[in-house]
Amino acid sequence: MSYSDKVLDHYSHPRNVGSMDKGSTDVGTGLVGAPECGDVMKLQIKVNPETSVIEDAKFKTFGCGSAIASSSLATEWVKGKTVDEALQIKNTDIVKELSLPPVKIHCSVLAEDAIRAAIHDWKKKRETAKPETVEARS
Amino acid sequence: MSTDVKTMPQEQLVAANGVKLPIYMDNHATTPLDPRVLEEMLPYFMEKFGNAASRNHSFGWAGEEGVETARERVAKLVGATTKEIIFTSGATESDNLAIKGVAEMYKEKGNHIITAVTEHKAVLDTCKRLEKYCYRVTYLPVQKDGLVDLDDLKRAIDDKTILVTIMAANNEIGVLQPVAEIGKLCRERGVIFHSDATQAVGKVPVDVNKQNIDVMSISAHKMYGPKGVGALYVRRKNPRVQISAIIDGGGHERGMRSGTLNVPGIVGLGKACLICMEDMPKESCHLAGMRNRLRDNIMGRLDEVYINGSMEHRLPGNLNISFAYVEGESLLMGINDVAVSSGSACTSATLEPSYVLKALGTGDDLAHSSIRFGIGRFNTEAEIDYVADRVVETVQRLRELSPLYEMAKEGVDLKQVKWAAE
Repeated sequence: MSYSDKVLDHYSHPRNVGSMDKGSTDVGTGLVGAPECGDVMKLQIKVNPETSVIEDAKFKTFGCGSAIASSSLATEWVKGKTVDEALQIKNTDIVKELSLPPVKIHCSVLAEDAIRAAIHDWKKKRETAKPETVEARS
Repeated sequence: MSTDVKTMPQEQLVAANGVKLPIYMDNHATTPLDPRVLEEMLPYFMEKFGNAASRNHSFGWAGEEGVETARERVAKLVGATTKEIIFTSGATESDNLAIKGVAEMYKEKGNHIITAVTEHKAVLDTCKRLEKYCYRVTYLPVQKDGLVDLDDLKRAIDDKTILVTIMAANNEIGVLQPVAEIGKLCRERGVIFHSDATQAVGKVPVDVNKQNIDVMSISAHKMYGPKGVGALYVRRKNPRVQISAIIDGGGHERGMRSGTLNVPGIVGLGKACLICMEDMPKESCHLAGMRNRLRDNIMGRLDEVYINGSMEHRLPGNLNISFAYVEGESLLMGINDVAVSSGSACTSATLEPSYVLKALGTGDDLAHSSIRFGIGRFNTEAEIDYVADRVVETVQRLRELSPLYEMAKEGVDLKQVKWAAE
């Protein structure tokens, strides 16, 4: 399997590796894939509650080079976007950017899933935490 | 200075401790040709180009002489006689000829074949094809260490069994099957025993008489010989085994394998066998020493590393280990100046993790995390140390990147997690 230079670069120098406090209200965590399938991605976003802008993103991935690159790229792309804008990111954009071969398309799908899962988690937390947050601020 | 990057010889790279890069440590896939083998082969391309089947001139005689010397050398390495050695294009052809040839020849006697789930695809797929032609195949499971349970085999043999085909050494995990015991059992039950000994011949002692082997596949390129040539041992007495040809033509090789002989290749196979016979005691100790050095060097510095298959019944040059929480292909990417193989799905054409590791009961997760090191004649201790260092640093880096490692360290039982697979 020969990889594109962009995949190799993300593999060798992954962006935004790390973890954030998944208990924090502003943090959304997406954990997708399964060890048996050979791919697990954890993507976390830190969202500004006022503007809904994703201020920070972190990832950790168990998987092949394409999976690592797809999730690394996903963290780069979501940063600075609002959650609604981030939801517009499609796996096909990732495939294109990284020149992934057909057998690696599932890696990009997983990265898109990870973004969605993280946003979903954040939204869910915000729904349940809203009354308290409002009270605390008033 | 407009050197094309693609054609730049990588051999020029040298690591800090002086080893040349890239390092080849995938000797179960193939081995480099031994220079002594090449030297023996060279005259048979130009001066001695004759067809070994040309009986009426010196060109033919020279070719025939080369072939017959090779036949003696191959026979001697495995304790056979020259008339029992049939030259083929390699182990895949030998396996096909053995299994299909026995099945066809003995179809009046029975239609049942026994093999094991960890066999090479050349055996498994041949058996599968025969199932389409009304043969019945039993695929024996293996134990956790990779060995076939002799009691399972005993129970599987019935009055319709004509053939048992079990490999001598596994190509992924290097596990050595109890060939002598299997052979004894087959002999007692009057069943022909074929062994795919591709990985074993030349590495560990193989003797067709002591081990009661009736038919055996041999390959040249796994023992520092050329690609495209192999042999099939077919027992001539006690008992005499007959096989039907699968390639028809000029009746070469006692009618069992027609086709002009690959004289240079056969000469190379013969020389490779001779070298292996002379060097085996010394070489196997040396390889096992390097293999253990690699194992200790890696396992002494990393936790949660698991050896796949028996360490006791194993080829001296084989090490197959799983690095928990790290995916195999990403590990290969990290050690890209070392040529090894992985059981990860991402490195296979089928996108399925290694069926051999799955057969041992290794979970899919650990099968994805496996690396096969195949240490060979030309590897050095300095290379072993370099490889160990690269593996350790890459595994550590990838574990820092792995959500599974993080979860495991937090005390999460990964088996209990409900994974949201795509």
